[in-house]
Amino acid sequence: MTTTDQPLLSVAGVTKYYGDRMGCADVSFDLWPGEVLAVVGESGSGKTTLLNCISSRLRPTRGSVHYAMRDGQSRSLFEMGEAERRFLMRTDWGFVHQNPADGLRMTVSAGANVGERLMAVGDRHYGRIRGTAIDWLGRVEIAADRIDDQPRAFSGGMRQRLQIARNLVTAPRLVFMDEPTGGLDVSVQARLLDLVRGLVSDLDLSIIVVTHDLAVARLLSHRMMVMKDGHVIETGLTDRVLDDPREPYTQLLVSSILQV
Amino acid sequence: MAAPLVLRNVRKSFTMHLRGGIEIPVVDGVDFQAEAGTCTVLGGPSGIGKSSILKMIYGNYGVDGGQILINHAGTTMDLASAEPRTVLDIRRRTLGYVSQFLRTVPRVSALDIVAEPLVRTGTPAKAARGNASALLNRLNLPQELWDLPPATFSGGEQQRVNIARGFITSHPVLLLDEPTASLDARNRKVVVAMIREKKANGVALVGIFHDADVRDAIADTVIDVSSFTARKAA
Repeated sequence: MTTTDQPLLSVAGVTKYYGDRMGCADVSFDLWPGEVLAVVGESGSGKTTLLNCISSRLRPTRGSVHYAMRDGQSRSLFEMGEAERRFLMRTDWGFVHQNPADGLRMTVSAGANVGERLMAVGDRHYGRIRGTAIDWLGRVEIAADRIDDQPRAFSGGMRQRLQIARNLVTAPRLVFMDEPTGGLDVSVQARLLDLVRGLVSDLDLSIIVVTHDLAVARLLSHRMMVMKDGHVIETGLTDRVLDDPREPYTQLLVSSILQV
Repeated sequence: MAAPLVLRNVRKSFTMHLRGGIEIPVVDGVDFQAEAGTCTVLGGPSGIGKSSILKMIYGNYGVDGGQILINHAGTTMDLASAEPRTVLDIRRRTLGYVSQFLRTVPRVSALDIVAEPLVRTGTPAKAARGNASALLNRLNLPQELWDLPPATFSGGEQQRVNIARGFITSHPVLLLDEPTASLDARNRKVVVAMIREKKANGVALVGIFHDADVRDAIADTVIDVSSFTARKAA
């Protein structure tokens, strides 16, 4: 993690109503370069709504999100044009969905899934794209001889690793993750978490990861936000929140972890 | 020069919301300082709040009152009120901690766990692994274990990995929570020698040692934590 004086992402007062029903309310925080922030809470606590708002997939009812572009300029997401925002999504950002099928194209090859994002940033050299794709499949521990297979033929864990490769190939600075280990066996989860941990430190990535799994938060994140009923109720250093939870709900969450 | 670590009137209690909101006081009025090149030992019976004090310094526990001042890269910072990212930066460069138990990470080898604090501050992986090997060797951890994740190691083996990880950096302040508890006499001697070297290098150490031999060998100051107890006499 580098120490710079400008946050990568600044979220201020983000509130989302679905009609009369509140999704999340008054969420504010800064995310710094190289920082991993975990957003935890049970289903319905508003964490996915928040993730969708700050990744510009959903327009909040109120509030603002500012992003520090590569040239250092801070830009308001919701004042950008659609084309510019889409370009950001394809290049400087990644989004890892819980269900890999939502983030992959299931009927094109693994190599094309990775190469497609490179082409989106203007790479046209077939050999180089294929070379980079093979390199990235290797980094997420998918054998090079599977490059021409479709993700339909992959296991759940392989699909999730492929989704991560597809997202990281353009060297994004910020990656959003929605329950990235959600549907996976524990042994597969451990492998994925270790992989993500390694990539975070190698690439100096910033990540916002939504999870209901406190073990995932402990392993991956520097800082945590606990959500309940649409509000952030507790925030702080991950090991502080988990070792010394203050709020009644956080104490309940932490005391509910099964020990093995 | 001011001491690298100063605690002023530090207070801590736990509020147990799941137990009807009862408040459990831990410590109150904790005042001491750790000088460079010395080892300050926290003494007193179990349950008196010694580990809690170390955890407040490291930031795992929140602080209810008072200040924990640390000299970080030439500036005095208050750990009790610092932002999370400041605490992380202090941990990365100034403040080390050998916890009572190793928190293992699936699939990461013992050697890499030990090397990680150096890699994080920019040392090339190969050099960091070299230093890690030297430390594990010195602590007599069998070489065939180095490439394995420590989850299946014995308590003493895990503790030696933990010690190596804490000692590999040259952080000016180092916290030790019973580092020798599960070690045999031979390895305790190694740790005593390592602590003496840290002192010689000007590191301020704060530790908990239940083993009287180790404590007598390394302590410069013993703080009686029961004098800070916030609990009513039982």
